[in-house]
Amino acid sequence: MADLNELYDAILNGNAKKAHAVTEAALAAGAQPMDLITGSMVPAMDEVGRLFEEEEYFVPELLLAGRAMKSAMELLRPRMVASGEKLSAKVVIGTVKGDLHDIGKNIVGSMLEGSGFDVIDLGTDVSPDAFVAAVVERQPQFVCMSALLTVTMPSMKTTIDALEKAGLRTKVKVLIGGAPVTMQYAKEIGADGYSENASGAVGLVRTLMAEA
Amino acid sequence: MMEQAVREFSALAIENQQGLLYGVSPKPLKCGLGLEIGGGLVFPEVNFTLPPMNIEESTWAEVLAHYDQMAEQILRRAVSLAVPGIVLEFELLPPMTERPEWGAEITSLLKRRLTACHEKHHLACALRVTPTDMRDQLKPPLMRSGPGWECLLRSFELCAEAGADILSVESIGGKEVHDQALMYGDFEGIVFALGVLAPRDVSWLWGEIGQVCAEHPGVIPGGDSACGFANTAMQLAHQKMLPEVLAAVVRAMSAVRSLAAFEQCAVGPSKDCAYEGPVLKAITGYPISMEGKSASCAHFSPVGNISAAMCDLWSNESVQNVRLLAGNAPEVFTELLAYDCRLMNAAAASAGGALQMRDWMTSSDEWLSPQAAVLSPSATMKIATAIVSADTPYHRTIAAGRVAVEILKDGVAEHRLVLSRKEQQWFTRIDEALQNLPEDEETLLRNLEPQYGSLYAKASYGL
Repeated sequence: MADLNELYDAILNGNAKKAHAVTEAALAAGAQPMDLITGSMVPAMDEVGRLFEEEEYFVPELLLAGRAMKSAMELLRPRMVASGEKLSAKVVIGTVKGDLHDIGKNIVGSMLEGSGFDVIDLGTDVSPDAFVAAVVERQPQFVCMSALLTVTMPSMKTTIDALEKAGLRTKVKVLIGGAPVTMQYAKEIGADGYSENASGAVGLVRTLMAEA
Repeated sequence: MMEQAVREFSALAIENQQGLLYGVSPKPLKCGLGLEIGGGLVFPEVNFTLPPMNIEESTWAEVLAHYDQMAEQILRRAVSLAVPGIVLEFELLPPMTERPEWGAEITSLLKRRLTACHEKHHLACALRVTPTDMRDQLKPPLMRSGPGWECLLRSFELCAEAGADILSVESIGGKEVHDQALMYGDFEGIVFALGVLAPRDVSWLWGEIGQVCAEHPGVIPGGDSACGFANTAMQLAHQKMLPEVLAAVVRAMSAVRSLAAFEQCAVGPSKDCAYEGPVLKAITGYPISMEGKSASCAHFSPVGNISAAMCDLWSNESVQNVRLLAGNAPEVFTELLAYDCRLMNAAAASAGGALQMRDWMTSSDEWLSPQAAVLSPSATMKIATAIVSADTPYHRTIAAGRVAVEILKDGVAEHRLVLSRKEQQWFTRIDEALQNLPEDEETLLRNLEPQYGSLYAKASYGL
């Protein structure tokens, strides 16, 4: 029988090698991927999120835990695909046109990835057309946009308009964030959600997933 | 190959802490229209930007109207308050660097405003122009070739032609590695980015900027900023996302890469957002610009007063052209800066006043945050001494990191700096990492190749 506590601890402590090895051993011993995910991995990431919220963990601890989770998921994903189990949502993320700031976007992307989501990072200075193309090609459930400059915020609206024009707006939830962005602005431009920080963004994606 | 330094700084230009004062630099700088920086007075440096709007052909006339209005109102306030001198800083937005003619057009407009004001009111003034470093458009970034570099170089050239008095940049070489290393708290990676990659890029880039300045007499190579490195860390630490201890050590180490600009050609004033400025001033003797409490229009700060303690220009970082009760925000912040400078200059006019004022500004913040603790005059002298005592940028970066850790640990041991348990745990991590760093940068480069090799292009750093 797999020791679920070992996997839980490995993720909580951000030990990717250990998480990978324990998962490998558990699968060899006959553990089911979903049991590992629901029994150890998700609870561990929830605890990591709690520690971060309570300012016990900094971003490095958070990202290292995410990296450990990802290393375990790499072993589970092919088995889940083969057995037809439902995978986590896909998220397309990018910093909008005209804006080169990416550290906030990277944190959100890494945290989403660490929480088991399939993240497609388009980088910075992403044009509305590039967002549209990514939605067509990758068929995500979420589009996350970031901006640090007030003068690039209007690109968020332009991108939402482009999704609308391409007939894709109802196929994805659009979430926005970045230092100058507000909930009011999200409402004004017709985004589906806003978060002022990275952990809030993960929670928002989860909430919207649950509501879907 | 690392670019050969044109100037070596192996000793301090300001040898004693008492001489490290605001408004005074051993190498004052004459620039622009009758302005002398570092010659005894602190002047406001006003930086301003657009409100939320698209920047495109169809809005270009509106963009120009905003800049014209901002310049007019800033100078109106400066004249009204009888400031003895002023610097305007125009930081190009990405579309204005992508299309260098746009940045040059605004530069020209601002210079016309400054010239008219100088002629009419005899206001000593200068225009600093800072194009956007957009060389990281490709992954991995191309620093020495490609469209990003071509736009940046063309921007420097056209803005110099259009009337810039001071050229600056917030360069980003090494940031592609630093971002990841910082986020994962990987100190080896941080040292590699700050001590190996970034100085190589700064040296090369400032060799190029120096050439542009040489071709445009009267245009001064100002200085660089570790904004993308140390300010990113400082702001993330301020939001409790990174340890403050780590961010403060990053700040101290970042001075080495910014110094590389001076080793090539920079003569100051260094950039306002370069909080490593006092270290640069102590080493080079050139004047610096700083920002703090009166930059709250742009960001919050744990170093509101202490950052003014050794400045020569006092800046607001950036303010949008939006309406406030008194007037538009750029004019409002001009007034704030003007009064800050008046007080500093009035204090400096009395015997011992500058030193007293400096020490008040220092003691108000010094032990309330690690970031402030490494910014005091005494910390500045220790960090600057450690840097000039080492030979290569790599060794200098390590030396600066070590002394910053000592300053912070001493502060905790003496019960002046209060840090949480989880913050103090980072002392151990950083200490261990510093001890385990290889003696030479080639070994570090090899060690980190599997982890970071795909993030940067070796040719971009002459490797």
